[in-house]
Amino acid sequence: MILHLKLNGKPREFDVAPGERLSDVLRREQCFSVKVGCSTGDCGTCTVLVGGEPIVSCLMLACQAEGAEVLTVEGLGEPGRLDTLQESFLDEGAVQCGFCTPGMILSAHALLETNPSPTEDEAREALSGNLCRCTGYENPVRAILEAGRRMAGEES
Amino acid sequence: MSRRNFHVVGKDVRKVDGRELVTGAPAFADDFPQPNMLYGKILGSPHPHARIRSIDTSGAEALEGVHSVLTYENVPRARGPVGRRADLFNRVPYTRAGQDYPEPSPWDFFLLDNKMRFVGDRVAAVAAETVEIAKKACALIEVDYEILTPVLSPEDAFAEGAPIVHDEPDVQKAEDPKRNLCASVDVYLRDVEAGFREADTVVEGSYSVPRQQHAQMELHIAISYFDEDDRLTVICATQVPFHVRRQLSQSLGLPVSRIRVIKPRVGGGFGGKQEMVIEDICAALTVATHRPVRLELDRYEDLTAARCRHPMKLTCKTGVKKDGSLTAIEMIALVDAGAYGSHSPTVPTNTGNKNLPRYRCRNMHYRFDAAYTNLTVSGAMRGYGTPQGSFALECHMDETAEAIGMDPVDFRLSCTVVEGDTDELSPYIYEVKSEAPGDETKPEDVAWPITSCGLHDCIQKGAEEIDWARKRKEFDKYNVSNPVVRKGIGMCCLSQGSGVAGIDTANATVRLNEDGSAILFIGAADIGTGGDTVIGQMVAETLGITLDEVTVYSSDTDVVPFDSGAYASSTTYVSGNAALKAAIEVRDDLLTIAAGLMGEEAGNLRLEDRQIISSRSSKKIPLRDAAMHSIYKNKDQIEHTASHVSPVSPPPFAAQYAEIEVDTETGEVRVVEFVTAVDAGTIINPQLARGQVDGAVSMGLGYALTEELMHDENGVPMNRGLVDYKIFKAVGMPKMKTIFVETYEATGPFGVKAIAEIPTNGAPPAIGNALKHALGVRMRDLPFTPERVLRAIGKMK
Repeated sequence: MILHLKLNGKPREFDVAPGERLSDVLRREQCFSVKVGCSTGDCGTCTVLVGGEPIVSCLMLACQAEGAEVLTVEGLGEPGRLDTLQESFLDEGAVQCGFCTPGMILSAHALLETNPSPTEDEAREALSGNLCRCTGYENPVRAILEAGRRMAGEES
Repeated sequence: MSRRNFHVVGKDVRKVDGRELVTGAPAFADDFPQPNMLYGKILGSPHPHARIRSIDTSGAEALEGVHSVLTYENVPRARGPVGRRADLFNRVPYTRAGQDYPEPSPWDFFLLDNKMRFVGDRVAAVAAETVEIAKKACALIEVDYEILTPVLSPEDAFAEGAPIVHDEPDVQKAEDPKRNLCASVDVYLRDVEAGFREADTVVEGSYSVPRQQHAQMELHIAISYFDEDDRLTVICATQVPFHVRRQLSQSLGLPVSRIRVIKPRVGGGFGGKQEMVIEDICAALTVATHRPVRLELDRYEDLTAARCRHPMKLTCKTGVKKDGSLTAIEMIALVDAGAYGSHSPTVPTNTGNKNLPRYRCRNMHYRFDAAYTNLTVSGAMRGYGTPQGSFALECHMDETAEAIGMDPVDFRLSCTVVEGDTDELSPYIYEVKSEAPGDETKPEDVAWPITSCGLHDCIQKGAEEIDWARKRKEFDKYNVSNPVVRKGIGMCCLSQGSGVAGIDTANATVRLNEDGSAILFIGAADIGTGGDTVIGQMVAETLGITLDEVTVYSSDTDVVPFDSGAYASSTTYVSGNAALKAAIEVRDDLLTIAAGLMGEEAGNLRLEDRQIISSRSSKKIPLRDAAMHSIYKNKDQIEHTASHVSPVSPPPFAAQYAEIEVDTETGEVRVVEFVTAVDAGTIINPQLARGQVDGAVSMGLGYALTEELMHDENGVPMNRGLVDYKIFKAVGMPKMKTIFVETYEATGPFGVKAIAEIPTNGAPPAIGNALKHALGVRMRDLPFTPERVLRAIGKMK
């Protein structure tokens, strides 16, 4: 069947099989930022934003995303032109192995869209669906708070 | 001591691989699918101990889309160098433990075998057009098993008449497989019995630690294929590319020259990938099909059929005088190696020799016995045997302090090592093992001097940071009224090593471009730790350029020089030293050229901020001029390769403190604050170093409170995935504080020691000691689950 998506701002059409997961389709379509660490919705490395909401794409059938706006980290920025969160993740040392990083950045992006100056607890809550074995979450939380401050600075 | 103002070293620079990782660019093994790629799947044994009577693969082979079904009856062994021709029988014993050759680990593994030794052991391997077809094919394989009685604990393993896990005649290097003895050590420093007699008090205690699993976010994955020249190429998530290449050669029969192993970015390893978990069988499927094959474990397989931390039961016995000095320490460990002996001679050796030497004591005894069982295979995991011993010994030292009425902090300050002391045990264990009968080397003859030690500073600064003295008293008072939520504070001290002395080998090549930028080729395997960045910083510092001007290539066996790999906290200390040596040679060549250009003595010149500066005349020229001159005038590009192996493994030291609250109705333990004060020598990149500590602490917290890989009474794993194997989340982490107590280790590049492992070790004993403070009860078994807490205080049976 044909799946119609707005992927990272661009209308796209993909031929998908009925049982295919959104994570598999996105990876097949070269969105390599979408990682698969468990396929059971526990680790959060496959987090993408569907209609602005973070979801684990390994638990969503591709066909359920029909007509939706899907955002992956590829849609945020690119090497020469990074998004504020991507910059703050680098500056705060929030990236270690980097496998959970895209999912974390998207969870954080969803948070900052609705709550531009979150508290530390709110930042932690936003990351609660993203497991990370490297960072102990300290630097990622710092990075989210720093991105919030930078975005507030840009607006004022 | 040669500390000066550095420009790149000691700074929070961005990771060299950061941009690709935040943008999700293709970087990990799974991001490099190959044309015409097949998908592999392993059929795992449903039984912990069984022999295959017969196996019928005809149904699986008949399934459309299936290209190969391998069992012990037809597993290929390459014949000749090209890998196009193979014998359909392969029974060569090897180890998958990623260690230098000859591996200390027993050769007790076969690509495929007719004996199953744990649930998930390899029965067969399938390559098919899709993962789904491969799974279906696995289900169609019919196996007739002779079910054998499983060995489910070290006690069972060593019992009279126990079933033998490795009864095959061709197992090599296991200590005594007929008795299920995988490995052992029994070493004495002088006379512990005399030491106990000399003591005012002798304290004894027993402790146990569970099976912890790495739970790194990226699953074990390999993609193997023959390249255009028919050379076997394996892109894999590994910490040990060069060991994988050698062991692939051993197991598959291809010469090393026909194998290329590429380590791209790796999504966490923590020791789990210091092991050829799947590369061998993935490559065997490529040899069988001549097609690219992708093999990835699923999370259940990764959790239960890869590797785990060795479970152990430990007893400690200490003789102590009233003034806090120690007369004898004994530690005895009973170790569960699991079904294969990967890392089992070495991990439990560290349990003693990375812990006992931080205490000043002339008489010591360390013994371990590692048993083969029919359970998940133990292996390397961050800390490499040290956390097990740290839990036992640091709980035990609190008990010892209590027995003589001393505060735990004051006690540690009275009996732990200082600079100028020696470590006798670590070198002596190896000396005793390799000694000819009749030789009588004394411990003091082989002792390693402790040349840098900030342990007492760590203990004191950590105590100040967490406000030890005040809280210790205040919580005593607070707990007197028997509140539902009790408060406690506990501490411990720690030591580890920096690489494996005399064994870990690193090579690095530094090549200078005409613009003064450099390319660094290192075998060291950055698995997310920041190794590429930190070593790049050392090269940039030496050449007076920025990190952006250093391009780092690591871990492609066709491109970079040999390195043992990423383990034993060796990257910064050992591999860094190799890179520093090469960079210094490049710098010296540059200065010689510049001396000619400037009419100066090379000895008066230095490199700084892309300039070559004379300290005599303050004349300067751009670095680029000398680099251009080397290539276009001298026609001789400057490039140097250097090797490093360290005869010693200088221990980093640390103290960790935990403040906790424990609910006496629910049994729940909440860690309020956690402080790490660590002496890792010079810190090259404080932000990355702090990240190492933070991550290690979160792993230690899991070991202390939530993580346990469990098997039922039939030897079947009970955890299904990350839903019931619980690692810490962002919510629930304590307030964290890290203090770097910088010393200067003269044998390390820029004065560094290791940092990656040591902070993993302390959460269990610090929390155990805090629980004792809060509840008045000593808990001896990890993890401290609510159920165990309620049992300990008599609220549950």
